[in-house]
Amino acid sequence: MIVSIASGKGGTGKTTVAVNLALSLAENQPIQFLDCDVEEPNAHFFLRPEITKRKEVSLPIPEIMEDKCTFCGECAEVCAYNAIAVLKDNVLVFPELCHGCGGCSLLCPEKAINEKGQRIGDIEFGTANDIQFIHGKLDIGQAMSPPLIRQVKKHMNSTRTIIIDAPPGTSCPVVESVKGSDYSLLVTEPTPFGLNDLRLAVETLKKLDIPCGVVINRSDIGDSQVEEYCHEQHIPILMTIPMDRKFAVAYSKGETIIKTQPDYREKFQELFRKIAAIKK
Amino acid sequence: MKQLVIISGKGGTGKTILSASFASLARNKVMVDCDVDAANLYMLLHPEIQESHEFSGGMKARIDQNNCSRCGECQDHCRFSAIHEKKDGEFIIDSISCEGCGVCYHLCPVEAIKMKKSLSGEWFVSRTKYGPFVHARLGIGEENSGKLVTEVRKKAKELAEKNKLDLVIIDGPPGIGCPVIASLSGTHMALIVTEPTLAGIHDMERVAQTAHHFKISTACCINKYDINPENSAIIENWCQKNSIPLMGKIPFDEDVTHSMVNLVPLPEYSNSAASKEIKSIWNNIKKLIVLRGE
Repeated sequence: MIVSIASGKGGTGKTTVAVNLALSLAENQPIQFLDCDVEEPNAHFFLRPEITKRKEVSLPIPEIMEDKCTFCGECAEVCAYNAIAVLKDNVLVFPELCHGCGGCSLLCPEKAINEKGQRIGDIEFGTANDIQFIHGKLDIGQAMSPPLIRQVKKHMNSTRTIIIDAPPGTSCPVVESVKGSDYSLLVTEPTPFGLNDLRLAVETLKKLDIPCGVVINRSDIGDSQVEEYCHEQHIPILMTIPMDRKFAVAYSKGETIIKTQPDYREKFQELFRKIAAIKK
Repeated sequence: MKQLVIISGKGGTGKTILSASFASLARNKVMVDCDVDAANLYMLLHPEIQESHEFSGGMKARIDQNNCSRCGECQDHCRFSAIHEKKDGEFIIDSISCEGCGVCYHLCPVEAIKMKKSLSGEWFVSRTKYGPFVHARLGIGEENSGKLVTEVRKKAKELAEKNKLDLVIIDGPPGIGCPVIASLSGTHMALIVTEPTLAGIHDMERVAQTAHHFKISTACCINKYDINPENSAIIENWCQKNSIPLMGKIPFDEDVTHSMVNLVPLPEYSNSAASKEIKSIWNNIKKLIVLRGE
């Protein structure tokens, strides 16, 4: 089973829920953890994996063979992202705009375009408490995270229960991260911002046809509108975690809830049992 | 005219609370929400929408089943795994995965694929009691948030110039990727809001490096600094070492949440400790922007 943890709004506790769930389950079943928030990966602070392998990820970008190029302009014409400009006797490539679709090299009538890999980041592999851990790290200055997220997900190990920590938002990096999940947990907080972004996240998952449930974090800080919304929409609230300064302090040091308050281990296991029951 | 962007790397550190506070404290400015996929600033500014515009970020491919010969050439060359063969042999395009590159359209031997402009969002010019406000809504699960950010910022700049306003204040998105880069480029200063957590520190460093990469000068402030004073000291040292001026340290304060629940910018809701510190941060920022010149 693949469970992704998403939220819409940032800072609601996605990583907290993902790591505590993973650690609580790891006692009894094989777990794989993917941190797909490749722009700002944070799960490693809590899982503290021993990194055993690193792999560079690159995107294929065009390289023009000037001896073959006739400057016909076909490549610039077919590029949907304006990543190539053809001048009278020169071709300019803008790697930061390239999506690596391969159209230019495929369609060049002179076969004058090769593709070369341009580094966009790394994937790191490791283990933590029997959990297989993988995360991606986008290089500074790189705009496009989805190709890196795709590469992280290529390493999914379906013999294990897979937990995916997704980035915030509702656009392409989130879609790429949660796509293919059996279930999504949406972590929110009971505030107007939390509700607004929860709505957007629910819409995103609907579009992707992924069933979802909600975890309300810092459940006592705001108002009851998130709860009311979930009831109206028949979205199950699977867990609530109250505001506790102790948890906030633990989080700040990279410590988990289940370490701070061990009875939460059972609560996270219960959360997973609820998901498993829904999926049946 | 100067442009100030508020970013954080990590989500949920307080960008929007700070932006709304600045909206209430600053004079002669245009407000912009560049967190286009989870926009929240409008909830505190109560805009009266004056103009709305459709935004089309790109194209999507579509297969005309009547002309399709089911050769599968399109699927073989799609690098985004957006083309699937159904059990009955029909090929379909998953519009969510399609990045609109058009390779399938160019390669299809029977010209059965068409490229269609996709409507991927909307953007608005609004009136608020804080001045003009430009904001947007990216369609659910859409791409091209960077392009939409650029669009919104262009309009904000235009409005500032037309109305002779001194400042554009931009509420930025989390992360360091495409929409953040689009929010940063060409601004005069990025204010980084961080929190004293290991994740907050790590993400602040990455977003500061991103700003530096694009040659944007940065300043920093710490939210909820008293949650972990040791980590706050680490941030202060880091800022000092990297010559990033620290604008202030906001204490943990329940009034911050209360003001948001009441949909009011903090300085108008309360004069609590956090509110006072944000006022002082705003004064520091103002001085710094003037100092840094054009």
